[in-house]
Amino acid sequence: MVMSLMMPYWHFKGKQNSSGEAYSVKPADFIKRTEKFILANTGTESLLEEGLSPVVAAPPGEIYLVAKQFLWFPTLKLRAGETYRLHVSAADFQHGFSLQPMNMNFQVVPGYDHVLTIKPQAPGTYPIVCNEFCGIGHQNMIGKLIVE
Amino acid sequence: MSDNKNGKRICATTGLPICLDAEFFVKCNAVLAVVFLLIGGIGALLLALTRWQTVHLLPVDWFYRILTLHGLNMLIFWILFFEVAILYFVATSLLNVKLASVKTAWVSLIMMFVGAVMVDVTILVGQADVMMTSYLPLLAHPAFYLGIILVAVGTLIGVILYFATLHKAKKEKTYQGSVPLVVFGATAAAIIAVVTLLHGAIVMIPTFLHSMGWIAQPDPLWYRMTWWGLGHMSQQVNVCAMVSVWYLLGALTTGAKPLNETVCRGAFLLYIFFINLASAHHLLVDPAISAGWKIWNTSYAMYLAVLASMIHGFTVPASVEVAMRQQGYVKGLFGWLTAAPWKNPGFSAFFLSLVIFGFGGGITGVTLGTQQINIIAHNTLRIPGHFHVTVVGGTTLAFMGLAFYVVPLLFQREYIFKPLARLQPYLFGIGITVMAMGMSFAGSMGVSRRSWDIEAAGSIYGPAAHLFLAAVGIGGVLAFLGLLLFILLTVGTLLFGRSIVGKPMESWGTPKPLAVGEPEHTPIGLPTGAGSPALAMAEAHPTQGTMVLALVFLLSFAVYYFANWKALADAWPVR
Repeated sequence: MVMSLMMPYWHFKGKQNSSGEAYSVKPADFIKRTEKFILANTGTESLLEEGLSPVVAAPPGEIYLVAKQFLWFPTLKLRAGETYRLHVSAADFQHGFSLQPMNMNFQVVPGYDHVLTIKPQAPGTYPIVCNEFCGIGHQNMIGKLIVE
Repeated sequence: MSDNKNGKRICATTGLPICLDAEFFVKCNAVLAVVFLLIGGIGALLLALTRWQTVHLLPVDWFYRILTLHGLNMLIFWILFFEVAILYFVATSLLNVKLASVKTAWVSLIMMFVGAVMVDVTILVGQADVMMTSYLPLLAHPAFYLGIILVAVGTLIGVILYFATLHKAKKEKTYQGSVPLVVFGATAAAIIAVVTLLHGAIVMIPTFLHSMGWIAQPDPLWYRMTWWGLGHMSQQVNVCAMVSVWYLLGALTTGAKPLNETVCRGAFLLYIFFINLASAHHLLVDPAISAGWKIWNTSYAMYLAVLASMIHGFTVPASVEVAMRQQGYVKGLFGWLTAAPWKNPGFSAFFLSLVIFGFGGGITGVTLGTQQINIIAHNTLRIPGHFHVTVVGGTTLAFMGLAFYVVPLLFQREYIFKPLARLQPYLFGIGITVMAMGMSFAGSMGVSRRSWDIEAAGSIYGPAAHLFLAAVGIGGVLAFLGLLLFILLTVGTLLFGRSIVGKPMESWGTPKPLAVGEPEHTPIGLPTGAGSPALAMAEAHPTQGTMVLALVFLLSFAVYYFANWKALADAWPVR
């Protein structure tokens, strides 16, 4: 009984929920959106195929993150206490978004723009570990999320 | 053995008729099951010794390759081959009927075997580094998918043969009244298996066609949802089979009888109706699936299936308690439990399986399956931590316990090195518990599953996580030794065991009744009348001990469950 009530209760009152908000998107389009987002916020063009993860400080609002064998693109720099709508999707295979040490985990599926509305709590540099097997080399797919 | 004119012999121990055709296929399926268990077990050892970061045995590509091999051999091949053996055995022996078709049994066996070999070879030559789940767009060689389809269809044919044999028994009126509880449970497992295997076909056939380049890639999210219709439901087949084995072993080792057959049967029905929905809990943090759907599936629907497990989890030990008390072991709350035949590997395997599955698997399972808590669990080592206590500590251990009875009965040889056999369930049970707890706690600290090296980009997790990974390694080695001991003893028995053709098998030891008068020991699983005498027995011999155990269980569950909500509340707000 308690257990049956706990999930709806947390859905309305709790602060941590997986609402599954997502939109259908072609991987190529999602990559373009992310590259546009980087250009708008840094003034320099960075392309996913260069294989680097530039640091992007973005104002609260819509932010983008691509998962690709074996890279998180770009490296997002956020402000504590602000609310962001993090769009995360995959360019190639399925990946897992695992933010440490909070241990918050979400599935990243190509073709789906998964929107996570998050509110970073404390400054620091947080590893984003890929926790869905995405090929030999999967263990090296570790990105960063910077919070100021 | 007496007369095999009718294609049957009478078992000298149980008095059960044994269909010789069925016996051949039971043996074949069981032996192959053990071969795949060994392959998976060697894989398990290598994996445990790799995740133990200090040892870090395998190179990276072989780690992922062996992980794929281990998952498929253990979770699919070992379990399915053994389950087909169980189905043939219970249908023909307990219902006193011959196998409906020998040819069909051959077709099933050959398809399953060829499929399994195709899969294993494809993995070992490095053409299928895709994990057991093979999530699209990851793609393996077509032989991998074709092999899985062959195994699935082969199993399906075996299950249909089981139904045909049940039908034959009904038509020939070889039993009276309703079927025995063990057959009922096995039938529930078989029904779920049909639905499971259909899901498997629905997901694997398009994927196979895609791997041949004939059709476009199926949607990855559709793949996930349908695959888990196969992936989780197949585990419910195991649960059903395992619970049936609990009832059987409880009866064989202590003379326990179900307290209330109707309730037990009802609980099996709950499995059939609701467990399909529970497979949603693999998709709790997936995109594009609504919270309403997730909550409906993981709360009301899943709790009804969990309720079924809790019913079995209570009635099984309660029936043992009643049987023990009836035999005079009435001292205190737990006098019945301490006097139980702990040296009988059938009993120890069964009771450890019950405890490990209930406490370990039940508590972690319900918690992880909670929609929001899944955020702090998805794809971490907590997930394998959960399913190793259910499938390995629960199902595999129960099947091992069953083997200590079935091997002497079918192959008509006494087990060799019996003192070692008496130790085996403890070694395996303790090993797997240590390993799974290591996994669970490391996972709570964020350690990912399916990762060759968690330190690839410097230290992310603290020293405690490494301690728990060491526990995974040590527990894994112990469990492997337990597994190896089981296989050596069983194979050794087939080759060198003392022949007992025509003689009853030696007892592994059952409790001696203290009270005056022999307790009633009907042949196990044979059709009996209504459950009313058992009920009267339950009233006369109450079950306080089991009640206390159940309270301890509920308390442990509450502590773990709310600790997890607290941990979740400490994470960042997210929607």
